Amino acid sequence: MNKKNQKTEWPLWEVFYQPKDGKPFEHAGSVHAPDAEMALQNARDTYARRNEGIAFWVVPSDQIVASTPEDVGPFFDPANDKPYRHPQFYSVPRAVKKRK
Amino acid sequence: MDTQQQLDEFQKRIDNGETIEPKDWMPERYRKQLIRMMSQHAHSEIVGMLPEGNWITRAPSLKRKMVLLAKVQDEAGHGLYLYSATETLGAERRELVEDYLYGNAKYSSIFNYPTLTYADICVIGWLVDGAAIVNQTMLAKSSYGPYARANLRICKEESFHKKQGYEMLAKMADGTPEQQRMAQDAVNRWWWPTLMMFGPHDSDSPNSAELIKWAVKTKTNDELRQHFVDRMVMEAEAIGISLPDPNLKYNEETGHWDFGDIPWDEFWSVVKGDGPMNRERMRARRKAYEDGEWVREAAMEYARKKKLREGKAS
Repeated sequence: MNKKNQKTEWPLWEVFYQPKDGKPFEHAGSVHAPDAEMALQNARDTYARRNEGIAFWVVPSDQIVASTPEDVGPFFDPANDKPYRHPQFYSVPRAVKKRK
Repeated sequence: MDTQQQLDEFQKRIDNGETIEPKDWMPERYRKQLIRMMSQHAHSEIVGMLPEGNWITRAPSLKRKMVLLAKVQDEAGHGLYLYSATETLGAERRELVEDYLYGNAKYSSIFNYPTLTYADICVIGWLVDGAAIVNQTMLAKSSYGPYARANLRICKEESFHKKQGYEMLAKMADGTPEQQRMAQDAVNRWWWPTLMMFGPHDSDSPNSAELIKWAVKTKTNDELRQHFVDRMVMEAEAIGISLPDPNLKYNEETGHWDFGDIPWDEFWSVVKGDGPMNRERMRARRKAYEDGEWVREAAMEYARKKKLREGKAS
């Protein structure tokens, strides 16, 4: 009997964790789970066996929308010609500069 | 079809030390080789729970039982990190697992050897996990981002695995004559199979050159094996254990330890399925997968009904 493609596959969830209080969330990896509650539990058992996280987000993987590498040039180039958005663009009097 | 220009640009990114991410363009062959290698790595972590799981109920103290439980649970975690990373290449978890249970996918041959005494648990931690660290430390710098990150996470946990094994072995090597005999016997049985974990010699390893060209690996099988032997000779000596190779000898010229011929006939026969535990391991894994099917189904059904109920209530 051909066993392929007969077994159940739980949906895929992306896991994000907050490593410490006050830190931003980071992507950890993914887990399979039938629902959000088990996705959270599986995320804990997989990615926080040593207190690596104090909080988790789980998101159905097919709900993530990402920018594509092919469009990386045109997508980000609006930021390329605006040096005036950086503090280094501006000069300040010498006397003030020395004081840090 | 991959064009030459695409291939050249890809190679340029690799040579620049850039990291390849899931949505980046990559040669079909790079993707295929990664899926093969990463899923094989994942299967190995999962099957690796069996030889050690064999001793959880018979660990000599509550402390050792807790340690072994935690270690075996980590191995499950490592398998999951790696499956998760493999899925970023477009492979499905179920396909990967079924290709291994009912198809042609392989796992590391080392797990086809039996764990005859508790000393084997010490030696697996020291030698087998020690060898795995050497390999995975290299893979943590792999050109494929998700694989590199999974290995980095694994390495952080693996050093506990190795240290607990080395500590136990040192205790046994310092114990009663019977314990010393047990420890030495386990080392004698595991030493050569562990050296085989690094794979065939570079000259007999068809995949190696390609994986190095793409920076999936950065060192050859023989380089990694030599690094491992040099380190283990020192660690064995420190706890009064001898390694079962009369040809082990320090080479002044190379600064490395020369060692005897690896029994490759045994390696190939285990790879082909004739090791002492191949059949038993596959039987246990298939049984676990098939016995778990009703649980996966029931959980899906429960989730579906719960959603329906919530829909009605609102």
